[in-house]
Amino acid sequence: MEQEYLLEMTGISKRFPGVQALDSVGLKVRKGTVHALVGENGAGKSTLMNILIGLLKPDCGTIKFDGEIVDFNSVSDALSAGIAMVHQELNPVPYMTVAENIFLGKEICYKNGLVNDKAMQEETSRLLEQLGVFIDPASKMLELSTAYMQIVEIAKAISYNAKLIIMDEPTSAITEDEVEQLFKIIRLLRERGVSVIYITHKMDEIFTIADDVTIFRDGHFIDSFPISEATEENIIRLMVGRELTQLFPKENIPTDEVVLEIKGFADSKFKNVSFKLHKGEILGLAGLIGAGRTEVIESLFGLRPRDAGEIYIKGQKVEINSPVDAINCGIGLLTEDRKLSGLFLPLSVEDNITVVNIDAYIKTGLLSHKRMSEDCERMVKLLNIKTPSLSQIVSNLSGGNQQKVIIARWLLPDSDILIMDEPTRGIDVGAKAEIHKLMSDLAKQGKAIIMISSELPEILGMSDRIVVMHEGVVTGELTRDEATQENVMKLATGSK
Amino acid sequence: MPNSQKSSSNALKKKTIDSQSFQMFFVLIGMCVIMTILYPPFIRMANLINVIRQISITAIIGMGVTMCIITTGIDLSSGSVVALAGVVAASFGKGDYPLILPIILALIAGAACGFINGSLSAYGKIPPFIATLGMMSIARGAALIYSDGRPITGLSDAFNFIGGGYILGIPMPVIIMIIVGIIMYVLLNHTKFGKYVYAIGGNQRAAVASGINVKKYLVIIYTLASVLAALAGIILAARLNAGQPTAGVSYELDAIASSVIGGTSLTGGIGTIPGVIIGALIIGVLTNGLVLLGVSPYIQTILKGVIIIAAVLIDALRRNRG
Ligand SMILES: Nc1ncnc2c1ncn2[C@@H]1O[C@H](COP(=O)(O)OP(=O)(O)OP(=O)(O)O)[C@@H](O)[C@H]1O
Ligand SMILES: [Mg+2]
Repeated sequence: MEQEYLLEMTGISKRFPGVQALDSVGLKVRKGTVHALVGENGAGKSTLMNILIGLLKPDCGTIKFDGEIVDFNSVSDALSAGIAMVHQELNPVPYMTVAENIFLGKEICYKNGLVNDKAMQEETSRLLEQLGVFIDPASKMLELSTAYMQIVEIAKAISYNAKLIIMDEPTSAITEDEVEQLFKIIRLLRERGVSVIYITHKMDEIFTIADDVTIFRDGHFIDSFPISEATEENIIRLMVGRELTQLFPKENIPTDEVVLEIKGFADSKFKNVSFKLHKGEILGLAGLIGAGRTEVIESLFGLRPRDAGEIYIKGQKVEINSPVDAINCGIGLLTEDRKLSGLFLPLSVEDNITVVNIDAYIKTGLLSHKRMSEDCERMVKLLNIKTPSLSQIVSNLSGGNQQKVIIARWLLPDSDILIMDEPTRGIDVGAKAEIHKLMSDLAKQGKAIIMISSELPEILGMSDRIVVMHEGVVTGELTRDEATQENVMKLATGSK
Repeated sequence: MPNSQKSSSNALKKKTIDSQSFQMFFVLIGMCVIMTILYPPFIRMANLINVIRQISITAIIGMGVTMCIITTGIDLSSGSVVALAGVVAASFGKGDYPLILPIILALIAGAACGFINGSLSAYGKIPPFIATLGMMSIARGAALIYSDGRPITGLSDAFNFIGGGYILGIPMPVIIMIIVGIIMYVLLNHTKFGKYVYAIGGNQRAAVASGINVKKYLVIIYTLASVLAALAGIILAARLNAGQPTAGVSYELDAIASSVIGGTSLTGGIGTIPGVIIGALIIGVLTNGLVLLGVSPYIQTILKGVIIIAAVLIDALRRNRG
C-alpha cells in the first residue's frame, strides 16, 4: 500500500426496475483530498453516494471506510462513522428555523433536557459566517431562497465534523461569491485531513478544487486519475464518450419588435424594475443571490402579488394576476426550484411533461393518449431524457433528468415568451450544450426568452442583452458587446 | 422504418402496473379462496352478488372520497350527506311527482354541501378535514330538521326499485355502481379534469405554476364527491323504503378505509377507481365471511381495523424498500 485510502468502494452494483444504475463500479478516495466524481445525468453518481451513506442497499460490492469493511443500514450509522452528505435535492423542514434545521437530530440541550435554542442559534451564526453569508438563524426555512437553503445544507454537513463529506452538486443554485467561500472552507477541511467527494457538472470547479477525478458513464466506471494529469477536453470526452463542440452557440438575431415590457415593478423585494424584451432575443437577468430576479419574474408570471407595475405585451397593456392569465398571454415560466414548484413527484414522466399543454390533447372531451405519448417521446429524444419508460414515476429519475422533464414541459406549449429560471441547473455538459442550442433555435424562430442564471459564463454566452440587478434595483443594462465578466460583476455588486 | 419506430415507442410505453391495487386484487382473490375452503357456500352466485350489492354504496361514496384524498384532502361529511339526500329524496318520492324530481333534488342538496366544503377549503383556506368535519355535523342536523327527526316512509314502488330492483338478475345498486365506476374511471384517466386532480395532489405549488386554477378545481372535486354521496343516499333510502335522518352514520369511514386499502395515498397524487372498488370488496368479503362463519361482531370490528392497518403497512414497507 503506497497510498492511504480513506474510502474504498469496489464492485458495487445496483439495479432498479428497468435500469442498471450501477454496474460493478469502484471509487477510491485518499485521505485529506478532494475527489471529484463526474458523469452525465443518470450516470449513477447520486446512487453510489446514497449507497455509501446507507440510504440504499447495493446488490453487491464492498465498502471499506477508514480501514474497516462497513455496511451501513441507515444514515445515522454513516454519520456516526464519520460520513456526512449535502444532498442534490434540498430537504429542508420548511416550518422550522435555520438553526433547528442545522441541528436536526443533534440538538444542543440544557441539562434538564430542554432544547437550548440560544446556543444553537449562536453556533449556526458562526457556521454561516464561515461560509461568508448572513442569514438570521431564527428565520424559517421556507422564507429562504433556494440559494440560501443550499448554503444552510452545506453548513449542516460541515457541522458534523465528519471525516468524509459528500457534496452532491452543492453549488447548483449559488453564485460565484458563495462558491469561493465554499472552496475556502473545503481547503480548510482538507488541511485538517478531511476528505471530500465533490459531485458537479461545472468543469472549472473541478480544476479549482479537486485533487483527483473519477468518471462514470451509464453506470460504469470509466477512469480515475489525479487532476494534474487531466484536461477539460479529456474529462468531457470520457464523460460523454464523444467530442463536444462549441458550448455557447447563440446566434445574433436582433429585432426591434418589443414583445414584452414591464414598467415600474415594485414590491418589498424590488423597486422600480422596468425592462423590454424583443422578439428573437435572449435577455439575461444577472445578479447575486438575493438581487430579486426570481421575485420579479414570479410577479410577472402572476405567482406573487406586487404593489405596483404594469405589463405590456406587444404594446397592449395586460393584467396578469395568476399563472393562468400569464399562460393565456403566451408566457411560460420554468421555475427555479424543481422539487418545490416544478415536479409532480408521484406522477409519471408523461403526466409531468404534458400538464401545461393538456388542452392540445383534448378530442371530444377525452384525452388522446396517443398524441400525448408521441409528444413525450419526441421530447425524451430531443432532450435525451434517461428513463426506462414514459410511465416511470418522475421521482425515480436522476436530478438532471428531472430538470429535463420540466424543460420539456415548457417547450411543448409553444409559448411566445419563455422565462427560464436556472434552466440548466444540475444538467450535464453535453445536455447543457443541447439546451443552449435549443434556446438559440427558439429565438431564431421568433420567440423571446428571459433567462436567469447564477453562472456568469452562461449569462455572457447566451444573452443578447443583460439586465443586471442589485438588491432589488436594476443597476444597468449591457449589450452582448459591452458585457464582460468585470462590468457585470461591478453592476451586480452595486459598486460604482 | 415505421417498424423500428414502433418498437422503440413500445419500449417507452411499457406500463408499470399500479402495483398496490394489483397486490390487493390478489389479497381479495386469496380471501375468497380461503372463505370457500372454510365455508363452500360462500362462493355461490347468490352470495357473491349479495356481497357486491352490500358494498356498492360504500364504493360509490369511496370513489368521491378517493378523489378528495388524491388531492391530499379528505371528505368526512359523506355519511351525513347520505342521510340528507335520503330524506330529501324520500319526501318527494311518494309517487306524487315524476321519479326524476326526488333524484335531482337530492343530488342538488348533496352538491350544495360539497360546494360549501370545496369553497371553504379552497377559498377560505380551511383544511378540508375541518371544513368537512363541520359539514358532517351541519348536514346531519339539516337532515334531522328536514324530516323532523323521523323516517320519511311511504315511498313509491318506482322509487324503491332504485335500491331493491333487479335488471337481468343484477341488483340495481350494483348496476349503478358499475356505471358510476366506469364514468369515474374515464373521468380520472382520460380527461383533463382527471389529470388536474392528480397534479393538484402531486404538488399543489407546481399545479399553480403550471397554470391550473387549483381553487376552482377543488370546488368541483368536493362538489362531485358530495354528489356521489347523495347518489348513495338515494339508493340507501330506496333500499330501506324510507328516508332515515339517522342513516349513513360512519359510512365516510368505510369509504375512506376502502380507498386506503385500495392504494390511495394520504400524501396525495396516488389512487385509482379500481383500487377503491377492490378495497370495498375486501371489506365486504371479510364482513360477509365472518358473518357466515358465525364470528362475533365484536371480533369482526377488530379484524376490519387490522385489515386497514395491514394494507397501509404493506404499502409503506413496499415504498420504503430501497
Ligand atoms: N429509486 C429509483 N428507482 C428507479 N430508478 C432509479 C432510482 N434512483 C435512480 N434511478 C435511476 O438510476 C440511474 C442513476 O441515477 P443517479 O441519480 O445516480 O444519477 P446521477 O449520476 O446522480 O445523475 P444527475 O447528474 O442527473 O444527478 C438513473 O437512470 C435513474 O433514473
Ligand atoms: Mg445526481
